[in-house]
Amino acid sequence: MTTEQKLLINNISVVYSDVIQVLKGVSLSIADKQIVTLVGSNGAGKTTTLKAISGLLKPENGKVTEGSIEFKGKSIQNLPPEAITRQGIIQVLEGRQEFKYLTVEENLRVGTATRFGKPYHKDLERVYELFPALARRKKTLSGFCSGGELQMMVIGRAIMAHPDLLLLDEPSLGLAPLLVREIFRIIRRVNVEQQTTILVVEQNTNMALQIAHYGYVMENGKIVLEGNAEDLKENPDVKEFYLGTAGTQGIKSYHNLKSYKRRKRWL
Amino acid sequence: MSFFLHLLVNGLSLGFLYALSALGFVMIYKSSSVLNFAHGELMAAGAFLFLVLTTWAELPIPLAFILTLSGCFLLGFVIERLFLRPLIGEDLIQVIMLTVGMAAMFKGLLLFIFGGDIHQYPSFLPEAMNLHLGIIQIPSVYVATFIIGILFLVMFGFFFKYSSQGIYMRSVADNQPAAMSLGVHVRRVFALSWAIAAMVAAMSGIVLGIINGINVHELSSIGLKVFPVVILGGLDSIGGAILAGVIIGLLETFTGGYISTSLREIIPYVVLVVILMVKPYGLFGLKEIERV
Amino acid sequence: MRKLHYHLCGNYKESYEEELAIFETDFGRTWMLIGIFVLLVVIPLTGSSYTLYILNTIGIYSIAAIGLNLLIGFTGQISMGHGAFFGVGAYAAAVMTTRMGVPLLIALPMAGVFTAVVGMLFGIPSLRLKHLYLTIATLAGQFIIEYILVQWEGVTGGAEGIAVSNASIFGIELDSDHAFFFLIFISLIVLTWVMVNLIRTRFGRALVAIRDNDRAAEGMGIPIFKYKLLAFGISSFYAGFAGALFAFYMMTITPEPFNMWLSIEFIAMIIIGGLGSVSGAIFGTIFIVSLSEILSMITEFLMNYGSASDLSITIAPLREFIFGLSIVLFIIFEPKGLAEIWRIVRSNFRLWPFSY
Repeated sequence: MTTEQKLLINNISVVYSDVIQVLKGVSLSIADKQIVTLVGSNGAGKTTTLKAISGLLKPENGKVTEGSIEFKGKSIQNLPPEAITRQGIIQVLEGRQEFKYLTVEENLRVGTATRFGKPYHKDLERVYELFPALARRKKTLSGFCSGGELQMMVIGRAIMAHPDLLLLDEPSLGLAPLLVREIFRIIRRVNVEQQTTILVVEQNTNMALQIAHYGYVMENGKIVLEGNAEDLKENPDVKEFYLGTAGTQGIKSYHNLKSYKRRKRWL
Repeated sequence: MSFFLHLLVNGLSLGFLYALSALGFVMIYKSSSVLNFAHGELMAAGAFLFLVLTTWAELPIPLAFILTLSGCFLLGFVIERLFLRPLIGEDLIQVIMLTVGMAAMFKGLLLFIFGGDIHQYPSFLPEAMNLHLGIIQIPSVYVATFIIGILFLVMFGFFFKYSSQGIYMRSVADNQPAAMSLGVHVRRVFALSWAIAAMVAAMSGIVLGIINGINVHELSSIGLKVFPVVILGGLDSIGGAILAGVIIGLLETFTGGYISTSLREIIPYVVLVVILMVKPYGLFGLKEIERV
Repeated sequence: MRKLHYHLCGNYKESYEEELAIFETDFGRTWMLIGIFVLLVVIPLTGSSYTLYILNTIGIYSIAAIGLNLLIGFTGQISMGHGAFFGVGAYAAAVMTTRMGVPLLIALPMAGVFTAVVGMLFGIPSLRLKHLYLTIATLAGQFIIEYILVQWEGVTGGAEGIAVSNASIFGIELDSDHAFFFLIFISLIVLTWVMVNLIRTRFGRALVAIRDNDRAAEGMGIPIFKYKLLAFGISSFYAGFAGALFAFYMMTITPEPFNMWLSIEFIAMIIIGGLGSVSGAIFGTIFIVSLSEILSMITEFLMNYGSASDLSITIAPLREFIFGLSIVLFIIFEPKGLAEIWRIVRSNFRLWPFSY
């Protein structure tokens, strides 16, 4: 990679409640103004990685025990979330964590918390322009909005904060395929127009690799594979285990030892 | 007829007192969803601090007033830091119980220092503020209460509805992790809401002290009266608290005046249960939005 | 005979029956039998009248606390009216024995049933109310019942209360702390046994489901209102039963002790003991009763000490302060209660020397 590194994670371990080790030496780097994706199966530790970056491990009794996380050259591991968000790292939590008693517009305004006191009307307009559906629902309590609208709202809420690094946790969760494409198109647009660096965690590997520049594959708390998004798309293992487009016939069985062993070597 | 008017005025002013006491309470609930059982004791703390500053230290009234408010602001900060912060993320009932324990502590401490007698402030409100409406006369304290009540209602209403800080506070009560992820300083929000609540409580404590004299038992029992008021109005509604305060104040004085004085203490609760059966979230409370 | 098992060092359960068993090992069962023996034979033989008085108080409050724990710890409905329910039981028993001549052994469960009906009446708001709104509605119930106890002089004797005639079972007069000790602790053991078994049935699991998410529980086909009401009923039965024992033990009752503070003390007991744990409710009761007993001993000591009786009057409120302080400290440092501490200590012992 030629561009400078925005975020550098070096060999971190994360332990919950002093007993459960979830990340076992994860290293990754995110180049400036790129979209990087982190894929992997459930329980691989993707969300934990995001929370380690944004400082949200603390309320869950988790801690980065080893390694270092550097954002723009400054170490940020184990800082409280309000300090990290002020440096420009905003995480969009998994599963649309809306404020259900606040209207859509008020929800968006919470996004200005890191830039308290600065004007925000331009940003509001911009979010409404990105997500026209939200403009129509401005005054509705967000508890009554549909899943798609909520996902747009939480992404919009994060954009309101002018993030330097945007962490997206499963933006496609529970959405219709058409809507997923729409959301990813907007993510791409935010990256291009606002030069925002984005780290996106996804189950929908196909979609994620389409918009990303670079990708990491995670299994069991470790990074098992990395590479440019185009290369990963062509990688036979990724094709087989994550994309399901390997072109082999039918469902594979464990009698097919070769495939099993290939998978095993990652775990 | 004049008896009726007398009761009406008494009821209204009592209601405004309740409403004023309820304000600080709603403040805490709106930003941290905590039901504060120590509210009456906070009021008492403010009232006694003012007493010490005016009668023993003999400071001029405005200075004493400002010092009391800022002292209680600090007290709220300290309370949050010492007692509430370790419990962030615990169950509701533990937090409720904690405030009950706090109530016992404060009450014991205040009784230890000041005893159970009734104390009096030196009188300082100008006579000119007494209102004469035909045959009845409204004492200046009630007028002052009324003005303060309306002022705070409008201020807090605007604060929570429109200001960014108010929206952040509501977001914390709504969904703490999400608020944290967006950079809302959750601990600061809690500390601030306790500080403001303690300040408002001190103010209502002083007003009550002017009217009824300052007594630990009296003030802490008014703290319990706040419950029917806020629940009737809807826990998170400031306008509701004012309206419910007036309703309960009128109910009490009219029951006391026309039916019996013993029923007076209990009638707010009876009405409360009946209204809750019809409107489970009080008159203006936000309905819970539940999704499974 | 089966081989006696000692403590297990891990989770070796292989069937749901094992998962649901009360005692993981025969070792635990043996210990409990030894404990009951000590409680019912050794203590009454050796304890002084004062010790037994304390134990009896603990026993009575434990019954009510176990009942309240079903409602708060298992069903998640916070009731602030249990002090009043306790009073309803006491008055029901007193009225039954003094006015109608009902024998004690019938009056006890009847008082429980009557309180259960009252409790279910005040549980009706749980049909529509949730969380804090319900809590305050039960607080309203507390005040309303207190008012009735004072004002309904024809039945309750107003502020003067009722003197309860001497308690007797089959002609045996219960006139000493020792006699009551057996009555109270046999009741406690039986009621604890019932509760422990109740919560591992279908009914108990349904209550836990309601606590965790009542909408989802309803979706699973649990009739939530019926179950909430039943939980109110059963827990009020326990409170009423305990109240009835209290009435017989105290000989005279007035409305005064059954105030909001008693409700709060009950809640404090189960929180300090540990929510959702039957043994925790008993631990918590022991803690609260001993604490207030120790505090009054200290106040009394200071009152008799020298000529400083003026000092003692000013010191009395400090008792409330220390009581509050200990609740606050307890909740801050161990919000999960004594049951959690006990669990940690126990697993430290059995896993020693490797902590995990």
